[in-house]
Amino acid sequence: MTELPNVDAERRANWLALYERMLLIRRAEERVAKVAQAGGMPGGVHLYIGQEASGVGVCSVLEDSDFITSTHRGHGHFLAKGGDLKAMFAELWGKRTGICKGMGGSMHVADVSKGILGANGIVGGGIAIAAGAALGIKTGKEDKVSVCLFGDGAANQGVLMESLNMSAVWKLPVIWVLENNGLSEFTITDKVTAGEQTDRARAVGMPAVTVDGNDVLAVQKAMQEAIERARAGEGPSFIETKTYRIRGHLEAEDAFLGGYSYRKQEEIDVWKAPDKDPILRFASKLLSEGGASQADLDEIDERVIKLVDEAEQFAEESEDADPDLIHEITFDGQRP
Amino acid sequence: MAKQRYIQAINQVFLDEMERDKNIILFGEDVELAIFGDTREVYKTFGPERVYNTPICENSLTGMAVGAAAAGRRVILHLMFGNFVYTGMDAIAHQMAKLRMMTGGQMNLPITVICGYGGGRSLAGQHSDTPFPVLMNIGGVNVVTPATPADAKGLLTTAIRGNNPTFFMEASGRGGDSGEVPEGEYLVPFGKAAVHKEGKDVTICAIGTMVRPALRVAKQLEDEGISAEVIDPRTLVPLDEDGIAASVRKTGRLVVVDESKDRCSAASHIAAVMADKCFDKLKAPIKRVTVPNVSMPYAGVAEMAIFPTPEKIYAAVKSITGELAESNA
Repeated sequence: MTELPNVDAERRANWLALYERMLLIRRAEERVAKVAQAGGMPGGVHLYIGQEASGVGVCSVLEDSDFITSTHRGHGHFLAKGGDLKAMFAELWGKRTGICKGMGGSMHVADVSKGILGANGIVGGGIAIAAGAALGIKTGKEDKVSVCLFGDGAANQGVLMESLNMSAVWKLPVIWVLENNGLSEFTITDKVTAGEQTDRARAVGMPAVTVDGNDVLAVQKAMQEAIERARAGEGPSFIETKTYRIRGHLEAEDAFLGGYSYRKQEEIDVWKAPDKDPILRFASKLLSEGGASQADLDEIDERVIKLVDEAEQFAEESEDADPDLIHEITFDGQRP
Repeated sequence: MAKQRYIQAINQVFLDEMERDKNIILFGEDVELAIFGDTREVYKTFGPERVYNTPICENSLTGMAVGAAAAGRRVILHLMFGNFVYTGMDAIAHQMAKLRMMTGGQMNLPITVICGYGGGRSLAGQHSDTPFPVLMNIGGVNVVTPATPADAKGLLTTAIRGNNPTFFMEASGRGGDSGEVPEGEYLVPFGKAAVHKEGKDVTICAIGTMVRPALRVAKQLEDEGISAEVIDPRTLVPLDEDGIAASVRKTGRLVVVDESKDRCSAASHIAAVMADKCFDKLKAPIKRVTVPNVSMPYAGVAEMAIFPTPEKIYAAVKSITGELAESNA
C-alpha cells in the first residue's frame, strides 16, 4: 500500500464527503440522461452536469433548517441539500412515491423538511421566494439563512433588482448565489447582458465576490463567509460562481435546434477536461493533497452507482401517480 | 353589534388578528401611512419587525409572500389596487397558486392578499379593474368578495386564519359602505352565499360592489310588483353553486351583476353553471350585467356609460320579467 500524506482527519472527511456528493449528482444525472434519451421519462430534464461543485459547495455549509430556492436545473441542488435520491428519481419517473407524489416532476423537486423550497420552472422564480423566506426568518427571529441559487439567465429578470434591493435595505439573512454557466437557455449570456453581474449587487451596497464555481472548496469558503455575515445580522451577500453547463439546456435539445448550434464542441471539451471538470479536478486534489487513495475514490464510485441502481429500480417499480390527489392537495382542506 | 364602515371593519380585523397571532406579518406599499385607511395604526402598533412598508415592486412582493409563508409565517400582503394583481401576476400564477400542488402538498401557504377593485371613481384604465376572472381562472387561489362591513370582518378573519392563498377583494371605494358589524370573534365560512333580500320572481346574483345597486333595484321592482331575490356569493372561489342554484330554481330567472369585464367574467361563469344546474327550471334566458370588454375610461360620463349602474340592472331584469309586470298591472 502506498504511503499517504498525513492530513488532518476532519479535513479528509470533509473533502471525501464533498467528492461523494458531487459524484452522486453526476452518476444520478448520467442515469437520468440515459433513461430520458431512451424515452423512459414522462417530461424533459435539465441536467446540472459540470456544475456540481457550485451546489455542493454551497449546501455543504447549510443545515436542514436553512432554506434554498433552486432552478429548473435543480437535481443537483436537491441532492446537495440532502434530498433523497430514491424520492427524486420516483418524482422524475412520475410515480406516487416521488418526493412531490409525481405532481411536480423534474423542474419542481422540493423537500420542505430539508429546507428545499423547490426547483422552479420559471427562470428567476426562486428569487423573490428566497427574499421572502429571509424576511420570514428575520421576522421570526430565527437563526437560519435563506440561499437563492439562480443562473445568469435568471439574473436578467427584473425581479432580481427588486429583491436585491429589499434584501439589502432590510439586511435580510439571504445569500444570493449566481451560478454563472454562461448560457441563458440557448443564448450566450454575454450577447444579451451588459456589465458585470456582481456590480448589480454592489449597486445596492452588497458585498459581492466571484469565485471559481468548479472549485468546490472555493465555493465552500465563500459561502462560509457569507453565512457568518447573515447569521450575525449583517445582511445579504452575493456570490457569483463561474461554471459551465456541459449538457444541453435540456436533454434531447438537438430536436429543437434543427441542426443549428449555439456553442462549439471544442468549448464543451475544454470544460470536460481533467483540469476543468469539477469532479475530476477534485479527485486529483484528493489524491495529491487530500489523503485519499485511488482505491478510496473507486470505492465511493461503486457505492454511488449502487445507490443510483437502487433508486432507478425503486422508481421503475413504484406505482404511478394518483390522479385523484390533484383535487385533494391543491388547497388545504378544501376541494378546488 | 356596532355600526362601522367597511374599511374600519377591515382595519379592526388586522389589529385584532395581529394581536392574537404573533406569527402574522403584514407588508405592502404605503401600509405605514395607510392610504386606504385599512392598515391604520398597524405599523405603529406592531412595529417594523412585523410590518414592512415596501418599495414599489409588486412582482417581488407576491413572490416574497410565498417565501415568507413557506418559511412559516402567516402573511398579509396589501396590494393596494386590484390592477396590481396584474403587475404581481408572475408569482401569483406560478408560485402562490401552484406550489402546494406541485410539491405534492408539502407546503401550506397562509397568505391573504388584499386589494381594492372596481371603477366609478374616474381613476381611469389602470386603477379601475376588477380582476376576478383572471384570479378565478388560475386554479389554486381563493377569491373572496365581501359586500358588507360584517362580511368584510367575517371573511377576512377566515382568510387570515386559513392555510390557503386568498385574494380579499375590497369593495372599499371612499371607505365603503357603513353597516352593523358583530362584535368579538366573527368568522364567515368560504363558499356560503348570503341572501340579502328574499323574492320569488327573479334572482339577482350580485357580486361585491354590485350588491348595493342590486338591492336598490330590487326595492324599485318591488314597488312595480316584481319580487326579486338578491343573492351574494360572497366568495367566488370557492363558489356556493348549490346555494345560488337553489335560488334560481325557486325563481326561474337569473340576472348576474358583476363589475368584471364581460368576457369570461365571474358573471359568465355563474351563468354557465346555473344554465347547467337549473336548465329545467329556467323560464327565461340568463342575463349578465357586466362591463364591456374595453378599458375603463376616465371621464365620468364615459365611465358611467359602461358601468353596471342600477339602470342597467333594472333594464336587464325587466327584459326577462316583462310579462310579469303586465300581468301584475
